[in-house]
Amino acid sequence: MIRTPLRPLARILDARAKGENPDAIERENIRLRHEDMRERARNRAEGRLFVLALFFVAAFGTVGIRMGVLASTSPSEPREATSGTAILANRADITDREGRILATNLLTYSLYAQPPQMIDPAAAARALVDIFPELDEERLIRQFTGERTFVWVKRRISPEQMQAVHDIGDPGLLFGPREMRLYPNGALAAHVLGGATFGREGVHSAEVLGVAGVEKTFDTWLRDPANEGRPLTLSLDLSVQAAVETVLEGGMMMMNAVGAAAVLMDARTGEVIALASLPDFDPNDRPATPTSGDPSRSPLFNHAVQGLYELGSTYKIFAAAQAMELGLMTPETMVDTAGPLKWGSFSISDFRNYGPRLSLADVIVKSSNIGAARVALEIGGTRQREFLGSLGLLEPTAIEMAEAPGIRPQFPSGAWSEISSMTISYGHGISASPLHLAAAYASVVNGGRRVIPTLLRTETPLRGPRVVSDGTSEALRRMLRGVVTHGTATFADVPGYRVGGKTGTADKPLLDGRGYEEDKVIATFAGVFPADNPAYVLVVTLDEPEETSGTEPRRTAGWTAVPVAAEIIRRVAPLLGLRPEIANARPNGLTLARN
Amino acid sequence: MRAFLSILASVLVVALGFWAYRENYATQAAIDDVERLGHELAETRAALSVLRAEWAYLNRPDRLRDLVDLNFDRLELMPLLPEQFAAVDEVAFPPAVRLPLLSDDPVDVVNGGGGLE
Repeated sequence: MIRTPLRPLARILDARAKGENPDAIERENIRLRHEDMRERARNRAEGRLFVLALFFVAAFGTVGIRMGVLASTSPSEPREATSGTAILANRADITDREGRILATNLLTYSLYAQPPQMIDPAAAARALVDIFPELDEERLIRQFTGERTFVWVKRRISPEQMQAVHDIGDPGLLFGPREMRLYPNGALAAHVLGGATFGREGVHSAEVLGVAGVEKTFDTWLRDPANEGRPLTLSLDLSVQAAVETVLEGGMMMMNAVGAAAVLMDARTGEVIALASLPDFDPNDRPATPTSGDPSRSPLFNHAVQGLYELGSTYKIFAAAQAMELGLMTPETMVDTAGPLKWGSFSISDFRNYGPRLSLADVIVKSSNIGAARVALEIGGTRQREFLGSLGLLEPTAIEMAEAPGIRPQFPSGAWSEISSMTISYGHGISASPLHLAAAYASVVNGGRRVIPTLLRTETPLRGPRVVSDGTSEALRRMLRGVVTHGTATFADVPGYRVGGKTGTADKPLLDGRGYEEDKVIATFAGVFPADNPAYVLVVTLDEPEETSGTEPRRTAGWTAVPVAAEIIRRVAPLLGLRPEIANARPNGLTLARN
Repeated sequence: MRAFLSILASVLVVALGFWAYRENYATQAAIDDVERLGHELAETRAALSVLRAEWAYLNRPDRLRDLVDLNFDRLELMPLLPEQFAAVDEVAFPPAVRLPLLSDDPVDVVNGGGGLE
């Protein structure tokens, strides 16, 4: 750059010649130079400010545009978070103790219509009726051409039907997914499972609600996403349940009974391995609750849990148990059985005369009402009530079924009079469900620990409070075995399984509650096997059985419920992994020889 | 020196920008992938539950019982009964399998055919 000198010689000389101060020239030049420098600095600063302004405009513009974009787009979930763990909204499966499926879900479709979008409502209605003959064409046309903008056509359709509807080609016919509850085994364990129905319905999904049985009890649990799809494992065993139902159905038909129930329970844990009630129903297509007639004749009625019956002589074992537990008697104590026993206006008699005296064990084996009544007199009503209460026979069972809490056994309220106490000792004047009886039997035979019936698989056996001592329990088992070897239940002797049990035949009360039916009975067998090491308790109840192979119809449990129970044990014990023990069945492998 | 630093800085900015751009797209691709897998998983799960339902349906005791009855000629299956239990020593040994002779002209070792006497 060419610098202008501050004191240009020509001008200095000129100024000197004119007598001026040459310093003025220098100052003038310095001033000009400074002005020049200031000008340039200002220009540069302005340029920079301009660039900076551009930058800020760009930055704030970007922020503004971004805000505008964010404000105008529809909100969406952050993609990274949603693609993590999927939430399972399905209703959980129900499986048996081995993990075999009892209830699961199946995706089907529902069919709905949006009439405003329909092209030819009449033709669509006609085509729909061709596919679903149960629909009413008139009604469909009315719905499709009316004011409505939304019409449900079918709640559940199969894939084939869906394709057929699709082929109609009307844009107003639409499908929504539907999770449907499926019970692949049909009527198997129907009463335990209950059934499910749709709750609140939307186009894209519908609530599945349990209506009965475990589906209702565990409704919240089954729908809880926190379980991450874990199935509900019941204590039932599918193959055992199937065998019990098959045999019970055959038995019910052979014995001409109108209803039947069977409960198979693990004697130590109270797990219900099989629970059958006949007649049954298909939970996939649950029938409507009957509004008239005897509810106990409906297939929906669960005889094993809801049926309150006077279970007859099966209760005698509790009188014997308490008498021994209180130290009043031993199995050998002689009991007066001379009859008929008159008590006020009542008269208690036996099926046949068993002589003047029987030992306590024989009272059970021969099933003497008079003997049991005498034992009850010794015990007294208050203590008897307490004991039956400790066995759970006076309160609803704790089983996990929606119906169970309402099933309250019936017995005389207030203090039990002597006559009540006497009839209760042989199972009349008190009613309970077969499930109550199974739990009470399990409690007294398993060594004397109270058993709470449950439908859930339990990993560890619970040690309930003691109801009778070990010794009493063993004596009871011996008595029950005696009933089978030489008493009223000889048909129950399944070789190899040492079955013990007690029969009970109770007259059916009249529907109006006054007196009893002439020739209708409830026949019950409550058994335990193997008797020396109790593993399972089985209760079989037949409603109005009649065995007609003899000259006159036989109704006692020994001829009706017992053979059915025996066949159940014969079929079920091998499935439960119990090995028959037959004395001397195995030849000695070694032969002693001497030469 | 200053010019070099500014060039270096601008090159660095470009490089980082490029890297960020690439990472961004790689992430989005990964998310797409995860989403696709999630859908696939859901589909497979649905298919699995259908298959399990079908398996349970095909194995329902009623059907198996009917099949056993239908095929009794071939299968001869009976319900499990106590009589079918047995002890191990009641099972007969299988007939001993004799190994085939390897040679057509076996050497008689039992009767001393070897001539050692």
